Amino acid sequence: MDGHATAASTYAKVLGALLALTVITVLAAGFSFGSWNVIIALGIASVKASLVALFFMHLRHDKPMSAIIFVTGAVVLGVFLMICTLDSNARGDDPVRPATRDSGAPALSVPSAPSTPGTQAQGLRPLPGRPPNPR
Amino acid sequence: MSAAATSQGEFLQHHFTTSEQQADAGKIGMWLFLVTEMLLFGGLFVGFAIMQSKHPEAFLQAHHHLDRMLGFINTVVLLVSSYTMVMAVHSARADRRKRVIVYLLLTLMCAGVFLGIKGVEYSHKFQEGLLPGRFYSHKGDTVPGQFMFFSFYFMMTGLHGLHILGGMAVIAWVLRRAVRGDFSHGYYTPVDLVGLYWHLVDLIWIYLFPLLYLIK
Repeated sequence: MDGHATAASTYAKVLGALLALTVITVLAAGFSFGSWNVIIALGIASVKASLVALFFMHLRHDKPMSAIIFVTGAVVLGVFLMICTLDSNARGDDPVRPATRDSGAPALSVPSAPSTPGTQAQGLRPLPGRPPNPR
Repeated sequence: MSAAATSQGEFLQHHFTTSEQQADAGKIGMWLFLVTEMLLFGGLFVGFAIMQSKHPEAFLQAHHHLDRMLGFINTVVLLVSSYTMVMAVHSARADRRKRVIVYLLLTLMCAGVFLGIKGVEYSHKFQEGLLPGRFYSHKGDTVPGQFMFFSFYFMMTGLHGLHILGGMAVIAWVLRRAVRGDFSHGYYTPVDLVGLYWHLVDLIWIYLFPLLYLIK
């Protein structure tokens, strides 16, 4: 129905590339590139995702409507991530309020946690190792 | 009913003019559904990204509890299952009924292996008390806040696991229809659309694996 049938050998090659990229991701995670590690990992993941979408999901030979829908979804997701990141960076406050979880959060009830009366009353206790909320 | 007896128009619904129009409509519907799935997981990915950027140490320490090798094996299993799935679609288009059945069975098997390994991983986490939110009871942490990582871990891999289960159900349905001989080069939309869904589940795991298992 698509008119262009991808050869079976192409699928095998794509699988080979996907497996090779998986090995590369694991190996790359063994080295320390600083903040580049996550960029490299996500870059490789995106190459793999593109291979799956283009070949296994037939976007390469499909009618353009499928690709338009898929890319629109991906762009919306990107905008979603960007706006949420901007927002959370601009706030500067910690979305986790440990004191509201005092009934059962052993991980956060570290004895050395500084607790000033004022922040206790509001249910705000900074996470140990983090500077207190500047605002 | 044999595969040879299946005529092109047998599964054509009355509100479509041609089989091709019907197939295209089905495809558009499936892609729209896949985009909603992307956004469903997208919300979790965005939450993960923000919380990890706020608590990098906690996430780094917590991820050491995950078994990288098992995650790697599961990635390979899922990629192979994507290959067998696309080969099932390919075979359906080429009127190779027996191959469709074999490839669908292989895909189901891979899905089973994936869930089995996931089960082993989960049971280890349960035993160590590495549970989400207030159920977290792991002792001896040097960095606080690791429960957050496991909240995301269980939510994301759990939701993904449910999608694998759902995928297995629809693959089994398509398998039954393939055995019955429903599919031919003129009608294989169900195999095609189930394939699309299966590849999306694989695609999500492609991002989950490095984000959860390979934090640096």
